[in-house]
Amino acid sequence: MPWTHIPQRMATAPTVVLNARALERTVARMADEIVERADGTEQLVLVGIQRRGVQLADRIAHLISQRENAAVPRGALDITLYRDDLQTVGPRPIVGKTVIPWSIDGKTLCIVDDVLYTGRTIRAALDELADFGRPARIMLAVLVDRGGRELPIHADVVGRTVDVPPGGRVDVFVSELDGRDEVTMVIAGEET
Amino acid sequence: MSAPLGKDLLGLEHLSAEQITLILDTAEPLREISERAIKKVPTLRGATVVNLFFEASTRTRISFEFAEKRMSADTVNVATSVSSVSKGETLVDTAKNLEAMKIDMVVIRHASSGAARFLAERIESNVINAGDGTHEHPTQGLLDMLTLRRKFGTLAGKRICIVGDVLHSRVARSNIWGLTKLGAEVAVCGPRSLLPTAIADFGVQVFDRVEQAIEWADALNVLRLQLERMTAGYIPSLREYNRVFGITRERLDRAPRDILIMHPGPMNRGVEIDSEVADGPHSVILDQVTNGVAVRMAVLYLLAGNAPALAEAARKATSDD
Repeated sequence: MPWTHIPQRMATAPTVVLNARALERTVARMADEIVERADGTEQLVLVGIQRRGVQLADRIAHLISQRENAAVPRGALDITLYRDDLQTVGPRPIVGKTVIPWSIDGKTLCIVDDVLYTGRTIRAALDELADFGRPARIMLAVLVDRGGRELPIHADVVGRTVDVPPGGRVDVFVSELDGRDEVTMVIAGEET
Repeated sequence: MSAPLGKDLLGLEHLSAEQITLILDTAEPLREISERAIKKVPTLRGATVVNLFFEASTRTRISFEFAEKRMSADTVNVATSVSSVSKGETLVDTAKNLEAMKIDMVVIRHASSGAARFLAERIESNVINAGDGTHEHPTQGLLDMLTLRRKFGTLAGKRICIVGDVLHSRVARSNIWGLTKLGAEVAVCGPRSLLPTAIADFGVQVFDRVEQAIEWADALNVLRLQLERMTAGYIPSLREYNRVFGITRERLDRAPRDILIMHPGPMNRGVEIDSEVADGPHSVILDQVTNGVAVRMAVLYLLAGNAPALAEAARKATSDD
């Protein structure tokens, strides 16, 4: 993307928070924790948030099915139409696919997302899931918790907690979409 | 960043291929909402939409109404026979009065070509053209394109022939503009009395015989033959029209490939299309109806709130990237 203005602060180079190996270990631990918290796989369903939460949910579901020898249903949720800022954002955000082909009534549902920040995405996800049914319980698993919550929302399973100062950013890359597995952090308001 | 659509949807003639693709790509995931137990998303909560129909319409009006309700907008239907329009109020006066009651969007169907643009230039609300005279019916064109794209995967290089009364058809015009922009080859077929004299200027092929169209096409979009065309002298008789231009199974059986059959409705079975074809395995007529709701939801979503101030903000956000 073209540079259209000079950054206010000196930009720092992105710091690697998780490399590919570390990301793999972290996701494996999250899979174990999810099964533990869900008391097994019987009622468990995973729902990934578009976009990178979907790929993470796929990986976690795959790991669980290998370790527990049980298939875990997984779906995808796009929360765009439930956002609370649609009246103020400029061009309309692209709407992604929502795929929840089974009943979620009575299930232990685990939402999977890449980064937990303000909590507004999860608020929207909870509202959207309520339109699909009434799970017995909803958990939240995130690869990175970067702090900065604006709503009373917390994650049950966290891959890595990082303290990102205001203006900073966390980027999650997954090989399915980005060609590599990596989590990076940028401290100052740098444009990439 | 997406290409904003601007304030109104008046036709496909002035949209770019990118803008049309944005609408179709947005409609695609919205189809899923109509499959849910609770067929509703809160996106347009608080927005008021007026369906201003100066012409009879069942399918289009109901489709818009479903789309509006599934996006949680509040809707009001104004039908001309029971409104002040029948007392002689002008189009702009009607709309200005509605606007004074704080509405956000107007969906307009009108017998005069250009009525939607005329209105859009005079009111602040978003205007969606639901058919104006013989000019355009953009959401019908878009739902036809979505139906074809879902079946073919792409529109590029596909051959679509529009059969019938092209002269009076806003559906034909929106189809021609939209399909050619996305790289499809378009032809028309019908009696010369029902084809515009300058049809070649649209960059489409013309077939005088429906057999040639069937030989050539991947899909046929069969237009409704307005019964009053016979009394007005455009065609000699309905029976003759059916014999020469009717889409029958016998004719399709001789096609070199499977041909998708579309019809914007309402159908005159036994005139422009035979029942066997309309209900046959290659008919996507009911898919069109399903896709119509999704396309209209997409248009509402992409236009809503796109007042001048927001469009300005959108332009800035895009150029900042």
